[in-house]
Amino acid sequence: MPVLVVLDFDAEGIKQPSRSAIAAAAKLGEVHVLVAGSGVAGVAAAAAKLPGVTKVLVADDAAYAHHLAEPMASLIVSLAGNYSHILQAATASGKNVLPRAAALLDVQPISDISGVVDADTFIRPIYAGNALATVKSADAKKVITVRAASFDPVPAEGGAAAIEKVATAENEAKSSYLGEEISKSERPELTAARVIISGGRGMQNGENFAKLIDPIAEKLGAAVGASRAAVDAGYVPNDYQVGQTGKIVAPELYIAVGISGAIQHLAGMKDSKVIVAVNKDEDAPIFQVADYGLVGDLFNVLPELEKAL
Amino acid sequence: MKLLVAVKRVVDYNVKVRVKSDKSGVETAGVKMSMNPFDEIAVEEAVRLKEKGVASEIIAVSIGIAQSQETIRTALAMGADRGVLVETDAAVEPLAVAKILKEVALREGVGAVILGKQAIDDDMNATGQMLAALLGWPQGTFASKVELAEGAATVTREVDGGLETVKLALPAVITTDLRLNEPRYASLPNIMKARKKEISTLQPADLNVDVTPRLTTISVSEPPARKSGVKVPDVATLVEKLRNEAKVI
Repeated sequence: MPVLVVLDFDAEGIKQPSRSAIAAAAKLGEVHVLVAGSGVAGVAAAAAKLPGVTKVLVADDAAYAHHLAEPMASLIVSLAGNYSHILQAATASGKNVLPRAAALLDVQPISDISGVVDADTFIRPIYAGNALATVKSADAKKVITVRAASFDPVPAEGGAAAIEKVATAENEAKSSYLGEEISKSERPELTAARVIISGGRGMQNGENFAKLIDPIAEKLGAAVGASRAAVDAGYVPNDYQVGQTGKIVAPELYIAVGISGAIQHLAGMKDSKVIVAVNKDEDAPIFQVADYGLVGDLFNVLPELEKAL
Repeated sequence: MKLLVAVKRVVDYNVKVRVKSDKSGVETAGVKMSMNPFDEIAVEEAVRLKEKGVASEIIAVSIGIAQSQETIRTALAMGADRGVLVETDAAVEPLAVAKILKEVALREGVGAVILGKQAIDDDMNATGQMLAALLGWPQGTFASKVELAEGAATVTREVDGGLETVKLALPAVITTDLRLNEPRYASLPNIMKARKKEISTLQPADLNVDVTPRLTTISVSEPPARKSGVKVPDVATLVEKLRNEAKVI
């Protein structure tokens, strides 16, 4: 039986975490993908080019325009009979939709996998990544969200899959979309960035993010992240948060500035290839995971760094 | 409207967990246990809704060993009215938890269930979504703002790009994110009062729920440790190392 991957996309195209989910799915069997949305012919065409995908299922209906959990879960359940595994990247949408679909299928989902052992057995981080559990599922069908940072994404192009329309599933409309406030940024997305520079409570305010971190991000082509403390304090919006309950990232280079390194933050970035920490407290836990640590006042270090790049 | 809040007893968030040497799990014996932080936010939200006059009664439910009573007492001290303990020594997975919560929600006739978006032990982030599915109710997950009115809830959700607002017909399930509120500390008089509040005890079998796990834990191991890094004296050295040693810029 083939494997179904539910794709995340927006106006910019298919999200990189979905390409990581396809990489995970490819270890399990032939990969079909689901594009659900409103006016998604372009996305479906892009999905057909993803290497390793043999079929693109398209559900084009206003009901799926905002990926609300209720209609999405009904749609996935209507398609589930043909698939041994159903996967989605552990994005906000994947975390919202897939467990709902799993319950309707009477399946215990396997959240946020970081490894595939075999068709029934998966590795997933628990306790904020302080332990890795290898779990084997006895369910006939597996419903899985994928930690994108743990799987190299497949390329965006190279395949030629067939595109097939699927019927809209019945759904009692008990939820509706009212609106959104999406942060606008010229920078790469956190979950797709090669370089990330994150600030913590040490930044003191939002203006300092703009004044000291943004110019460095600009020079490095980096995404800007933050610790929970900086988000809670209102320096930057919630979508900047890196950590156990925010975004999980593993860029080539992660620069942590004024971040002490709480377990919950480390959980979101400790798989980065190279970690740099800048903190005035030489005992800050962030230095324990840093490849390069610089003890110093960020208000001196950041302008110097900007000049040196 | 009655509200149900689900509270889980977990290893305290400040504890650095240790993997057992036989790789069967993490050490929980002799470790400080607390209410899952996201569930504290759920209790706080319910109490605020009661204070605003939107909710009439708050029932706190926990599933687990007898000591989970302590977690329920914490919720009662924060302002929940009574507790339900579904007692079992078995490890109960989110699917079975959702099935139990469904039965409790229906028995109690609640207008909404509020629970944490994830427990910080298994990090599954699934129970609320599954509960909503089993009840056939809509869901407002990762909530950073909740407004309950007769018949509908307006929930602002933390999503990858920012915030999204949805409207849900009640009854509904809401899962809490970090910035929904700051939970109160229970005052001593309220802790004393909570001792007198009622906690009823049930077994999963009383609710006709089969809690047999679907997942078997083969092993639990430590994540690979990072090799220790170096301190650099200044920015020039840092940039030189990033360029020539790590080759990442």
